[in-house]
Amino acid sequence: MTLELTTDVLVVGGGPAATWAALKAAEEGASVVLADKGYCGTSGATASVGTGVWYVPPEPDAREAAMASREALGGYLADRRWMARVLDETYERINELADAKYPFPAGPDGTSLRTGLQGPEYMRRQRIRVRRAGVTILDHSPVTELLTSFDGAVAGAAGHQRQADRPFRVRAGAVVLATGGCAFLSKAFGCNVNTGDGALFAAEAGAELSGMEFSNSYGIAPEHTSVTKTAFYNYATFYRADGSVLEGAGSQRGRSVIARTLLSEKVFCKIDLADEAAQKAMRLAQPNFFLTFDRLGVNPFTDPFAVTLLAEGTVRGTGGIRIVDDGCATTVPGLYAAGDAATRELICGGFTGGGSHNAAWAISSGSWSGRAAARFARSIGRGTRRVQAVGGAGLRPAGKVADVDVAEVVRTVQAEVLPYDKNYLRHGDVLRDALGVLDGVWESLRSLESVGTASVTARQAAAMVAHARWMYTSALVRNESRGMAKRLDHPELDPLQHHRITSGGLDRVWARPEVVAA
Amino acid sequence: MIELISTQQCIACDKCILVCPTNVFDRGADGLPVISRQSDCQTCFQCEANCPADALFVAPHTHPLPEASFAHDEEHLRRTGLLGSYRRDIGWGKGRTPGAALAVGPALSPSGPPLIS
Ligand SMILES: Cc1cc2nc3c(=O)[nH]c(=O)nc-3n(C[C@H](O)[C@H](O)[C@H](O)COP(=O)(O)OP(=O)(O)OC[C@H]3O[C@@H](n4cnc5c(N)ncnc54)[C@H](O)[C@@H]3O)c2cc1C
Ligand code: SF4
Ligand code: SF4
Repeated sequence: MTLELTTDVLVVGGGPAATWAALKAAEEGASVVLADKGYCGTSGATASVGTGVWYVPPEPDAREAAMASREALGGYLADRRWMARVLDETYERINELADAKYPFPAGPDGTSLRTGLQGPEYMRRQRIRVRRAGVTILDHSPVTELLTSFDGAVAGAAGHQRQADRPFRVRAGAVVLATGGCAFLSKAFGCNVNTGDGALFAAEAGAELSGMEFSNSYGIAPEHTSVTKTAFYNYATFYRADGSVLEGAGSQRGRSVIARTLLSEKVFCKIDLADEAAQKAMRLAQPNFFLTFDRLGVNPFTDPFAVTLLAEGTVRGTGGIRIVDDGCATTVPGLYAAGDAATRELICGGFTGGGSHNAAWAISSGSWSGRAAARFARSIGRGTRRVQAVGGAGLRPAGKVADVDVAEVVRTVQAEVLPYDKNYLRHGDVLRDALGVLDGVWESLRSLESVGTASVTARQAAAMVAHARWMYTSALVRNESRGMAKRLDHPELDPLQHHRITSGGLDRVWARPEVVAA
Repeated sequence: MIELISTQQCIACDKCILVCPTNVFDRGADGLPVISRQSDCQTCFQCEANCPADALFVAPHTHPLPEASFAHDEEHLRRTGLLGSYRRDIGWGKGRTPGAALAVGPALSPSGPPLIS
């Protein structure tokens, strides 16, 4: 029996963006359903990793410095008006968290420190707040497709509840996609729920993407482990196997040196630039960073350990669903995008949003989209619309039906997007070859029919293939190096390409310079 | 990856089954959780953090460990204090101070604020 629900606003996802969207939609008086693939409170990148937050007091000098800090790194694609909005909204929302008793630590002078959030604590509390706001939470309920009404507006979503093993359908006045970015099942910390599903759903409903070339972030982790927290590698030295220093390697600048070296030999690391006081403080700030070392029996401050780089794609990249107004609407009526599912170029440009911006964006875009979705739902009223499900690849075959090995599809897409010499150190020829392979697997997914739990994995595979195709198609349109979208065959920044790149399409993928409305 | 469920310590509360983001566990016939889909484990330590009985151990490795590994030696994990260590470190559980309240780290630059996450 299908679980059928009707609501004003449906929020898809269960991380910070989703929970803020649900809270603010409920505050607007909307009825809200939140459906998460995993468990709202533990699922998503933030719940496991914790985040620094772009929390800057409203003092003109501090705000100016904050806005200027990443502008050049981002290739001047960010927008100051959006930065200012995000700084305002984040400041208010973080203070709201403090009022709701999130236990921010106190500095030496007793002031409350609010520039970061511990993941498990933050998201546990967000769940409680969402529940208290009267939101219906559906855990272990991955959405697999959107529903649209016959005028093309988004009118709900459908999926399959994994633990209850039953289909569900939620009719809604408006939908917020807050499904996170796409890390291609790389096992980067907390990221395996992030397979880019929202972008696929959005594209199927006719929405566009932006900045998909900014999709090659990689996090440092000890070899064969998952914790890609990277801040403390600022205190590290990187070495070759023979103990000599790997020149030019570093966490912030010089990560590509690590990538290049890893192609042919192991790279080792020691966090040997931290004094005893810093070492002690690190344990307090990031207990999760030390999980790996303590369990491996490694003292990271004195013992060299081998490192790897795990793909974080558009999680700590910045590309995502294109948004077109201050409420984070997409180009499709009734559909909103928030957090990593949406492009973060507006505040990051082409540079990573990790470290502070992404968290602030999740909070802000979540809040805005929740409010706007509630208003949209109110404006169309509660009458029942006739709806159709619009999921394609991996779900509903376009023509003939064929058996497809979904696990093999995942391995194929991973082989095109995880290797450093394909995605990190990009070259046009390599990207074109990869696209050939990816177009092939996409075509095979078009003949796959799936139901039940199998539809969840099939749709994840389709989302990853679609993501990879938008990424590389966009990267090929950017014939220069800007932000993280560097090209070995176009190593310079080209002032004539100072624009964002919009992309989209499913069977026929396209990318082109953004047309800015006059 | 999740490697150990202590049947001795587990109180069969279903919490791990509920909170695992990638749905790795099922409830066994005896009411205790079983690791049904270890290959889906994303090594996020959430089950451990949420287990009220310190009955779970997640090894840091993203591949399964052999039977003889330390990760299956419950006595060793207890003796070394590793069992339940994540929950202790983030200050979850009765009578503990939330780790968030104490999370004052070093600054990443001389003029920067202390890192708190
Ligand atoms: C190691 C690491 C460190 C980071 N550090 C920082 C930092 O210090 N500062 C900073 O600003 N940012 C940081 N980031 C980035 C930050 O974690 C993300 O930007 C943030 O989590 C985005 O929030 P979100 O809600 O959009 O997505 P997520 O937190 O990833 O949540 C996505 C949610 O969507 C759900 N979902 C996915 N697909 C579906 C589906 N089909 N149906 C239903 N639900 C679905 C998932 O289960 C999950 O609950 C870091 C990221 C990583 C990986
Ligand atoms: S959370 Fe801990 S106590 Fe509860 S069922 Fe799981 S292992 Fe047992
Ligand atoms: S470590 Fe994370 S993914 Fe693995 S079983 Fe525990 S909660 Fe699930």
